[in-house]
Amino acid sequence: MVVSKICTGNYAAAYGSMRSRARTVAAYPITPQTFIVEHISEFINNGEMDCEYIEVESEHSAMSACVSASASGVRTFTATSSQGLALMHEILPIASGMRLPVVMAVVNRAIAAPINIWVEHNDIMPERDSGWIQVFCDNNQEVQDMVLQAYRIAEDKRVSLPMAVCLDAFILSHTVEPVHLIDQDAADKFVPQYKPTGPILDPDDVAAVGVFTPPDYMMECRWQTDKAMRDAVAVIKEVNDTFAKQFGRDHGGMIDPYLVDDAEVVLITMGTASSTAHEVVDDLRAEGKKVGLVKLRFWRPYPTDDLRKIAEKVKAVGVFDRAVSYGVGGPSFVEFKSAAFGLNLPVMNFIGGLGGRDVSLQDVRFMYEQLLEAAKTGKAKRDITWIGTRGVEQ
Amino acid sequence: MKLKELPDEELFTRGHTACAGCGAATAVRNLMKILGKNTMVVNPACCLLIFGATYPYLAWKVPFHHVAFENTAACATGMTRALRVRGKEDTLVMGIAGDGGTADIGIQALSGAAERNEDMLYVMYDNEAYMNTGIQRSGSTPFGAWTTTTPVGKVKAGKADFKKDMPLIMMAHNVPYVATASVGNIQDFINKFEKAKKMKGFRYIQIFTPCPTGWRHDTAKTIEIAKLAVETGMWTLYECENGKVKINRKPKMTPISEYLKLQGRFRHMKEDDIKKLQDWVTRKWEADEKYAQCRQ
Repeated sequence: MVVSKICTGNYAAAYGSMRSRARTVAAYPITPQTFIVEHISEFINNGEMDCEYIEVESEHSAMSACVSASASGVRTFTATSSQGLALMHEILPIASGMRLPVVMAVVNRAIAAPINIWVEHNDIMPERDSGWIQVFCDNNQEVQDMVLQAYRIAEDKRVSLPMAVCLDAFILSHTVEPVHLIDQDAADKFVPQYKPTGPILDPDDVAAVGVFTPPDYMMECRWQTDKAMRDAVAVIKEVNDTFAKQFGRDHGGMIDPYLVDDAEVVLITMGTASSTAHEVVDDLRAEGKKVGLVKLRFWRPYPTDDLRKIAEKVKAVGVFDRAVSYGVGGPSFVEFKSAAFGLNLPVMNFIGGLGGRDVSLQDVRFMYEQLLEAAKTGKAKRDITWIGTRGVEQ
Repeated sequence: MKLKELPDEELFTRGHTACAGCGAATAVRNLMKILGKNTMVVNPACCLLIFGATYPYLAWKVPFHHVAFENTAACATGMTRALRVRGKEDTLVMGIAGDGGTADIGIQALSGAAERNEDMLYVMYDNEAYMNTGIQRSGSTPFGAWTTTTPVGKVKAGKADFKKDMPLIMMAHNVPYVATASVGNIQDFINKFEKAKKMKGFRYIQIFTPCPTGWRHDTAKTIEIAKLAVETGMWTLYECENGKVKINRKPKMTPISEYLKLQGRFRHMKEDDIKKLQDWVTRKWEADEKYAQCRQ
C-alpha cells in the first residue's frame, strides 16, 4: 500500500533510515539537520524503530561511533550539516578506507565564515576526495528513496564504501512536499538484512580492523578503494533500475538529463536548483529555444562518461555551482572541464545561490541566454559569472 | 586472583616491538590475562598501536580496532552499542589510550561516554608525555620534567605546569568505577582489573606506566620507579566504586628526590623547583586523603 504524507526532507531522510533498519545511529544536533535526529529519536521512543541511538557530544564522535559500530557488524546511520561535517572530516576517509558502508544524510549548509545557516554546497566540497559516494537530491521523495538506495549501493560487495545523501538546507530540509512513504515490507524487500561486506570485530572470529600500515602495503589499499569508487558507477545504475522496477520511480542513476537529445546548449545543476532550471527549460522550449538540462546527481563517483557524451553533441555547456573554490571557480565547473577536456566548446560557470541566496527563474533564464549567445558565437563571454552579486558585472 | 594464578596464555603476545622496559607493554600483557578472550580492544594512534599492530603483524589475540587519536571513547561506544544490537552484551569493550589520547585530545569523547555511562572499560596508560611522537609535553607530564617541547634551555627548563588530575576528573563524572593502578603494584593492579571486568557501565582505570625512553631511566628500573612514585605520593593508588572512595595504599611519603634522581628527565631541576614539586605532592596526597574521607 502506498502511503503519501506531506513531509519535510528531514523527515524523509529520518524515515528512510528507519525503513532501512539502521540499528545504530550516532548523531549530534546542528541546524538545519536537527529535525532528522529528532525524528529518529521519536521513532525509537515510540517503539517504531529498533535502534541504538547514541547521543554523542560532537559530530566527530558521531562519525567515530558510526565507524566503530559498522566495524562491529551493524547497519549505521547519521546526519549532519556544514560545521558538523567539517568536524567529522578527519573520520570520513577512515570510513571509506576501512570500506565501511556507513550512510549519512548531509543537509548542505554554508560553511563559516561568515556564519550562515542556509543552503550552499561549500560544506561537502572539501569531502570530495574522502572516498564517500555522494548523491545530491532535488526533492523530498528523492531524499527518502536515496537513503534506501544508499544502503543497497554502499553494502554491495563490489562497492563497500560509505555514502552521503545530500539535501539542500531549508529548501528541502524544512519544506513540506508530498512523499510516497515506503512501507516496511517493501523496504525489506529492497534493502535486505544487513550482511557485513568484510571482516568485523567479533570475539568469536578474531580480526583487526584498522592497523598501522607501512609503505609496503599502502598503495594496494588506495588502489582498491579507488577501484571500488569506479565500480560504484555500474552498481548505482543497477540499484536505480531495481528501485524503479519495484517502486515505479526512476531517479536517473548517475545523472538525470532533461531534453538534451536535440539541445544546442545544456546547463548542469546540482540539488534543488535543478527544479528551478527544469521550469526555465520548459519556458524556453515553448519559445522555440533548444535548451536542455542535466541534473548532476552523483558527485562521487563523477559521471565523466555520461557528461562527455552529452558535451560531444551540444554547442555550449553551462555549469551552475552553489559553491566556489576560491580563485578557481565552482568545483562542479572545474570537474566538468576535466571531463570535457579536448572538446572544442564554450563552457561557462555560473556561481550563485551561496549562503541561501535565492536562485530565481530569471537567474536561470539569464544563464541560458548567455549559453545561447556562446553557442552562436562559439565563444563564452566570460568563464565565470557570479549571479546576482552586488558590484559584480553580469 | 593472585599473581601466580594469572593464566599462562598470552592475549598480548611476545614479538611486539615495544622498547625494553616499557611500562605500557607490561601493563597490557597483564591486564589482558585478567580480562580474557571475550574482550574487544580499541586503541588510538599511540606507541601501543605501533608496537602491537603494525601490518602484517598483530600481537593481539582478541579483536583489535584503531580509528584515530581523539575518539577512543566514541569508538568504544560504537562497539559496545553494536554488541548490544547483536546480543553480545557479555563481551567487554576496552578502550585503551595513552595520557595524550586521554587527558588532552581525547577528553571530550571520554567525558561524553562517561556522562552517558556507556558500558565499557576505559584504560589510560600514563607515561606522562607524547612518547610515540618523540617525548612531547602532555597535560599529564609532571612539573619540572624535561620533554622535547619543554627543553632545558638557558632561560626556561622543564614543564612549568603541574600534572592534570584525571582520576579526580573522572570521579566527578559519577561513573560506577574509577581507579588508579601501577605496574609496580601488581596485586593491586590485578584486583582492580578483576573488579572492573565484573562490573557494568563506564569504568576507568589509569595505570602508571614508566617509559625508560622518555623518562631517561635504566630499562631495568621500570618497576622500581613505579613503586617509588606510589611511595613518594607522586601517584596515589585509590579507587572509587559506586561513589565510595578508598585509598588502597598509604604512601610512606619518601622524599620525591629519591624518585627524581633515577630519571634523566628531572636531572636539571634546581632545589627550588624540587621543593615546589614536593609541596605540590604533599598537598595532593592530603587532598586525596580528605577526598576519600568525604566520599566514604
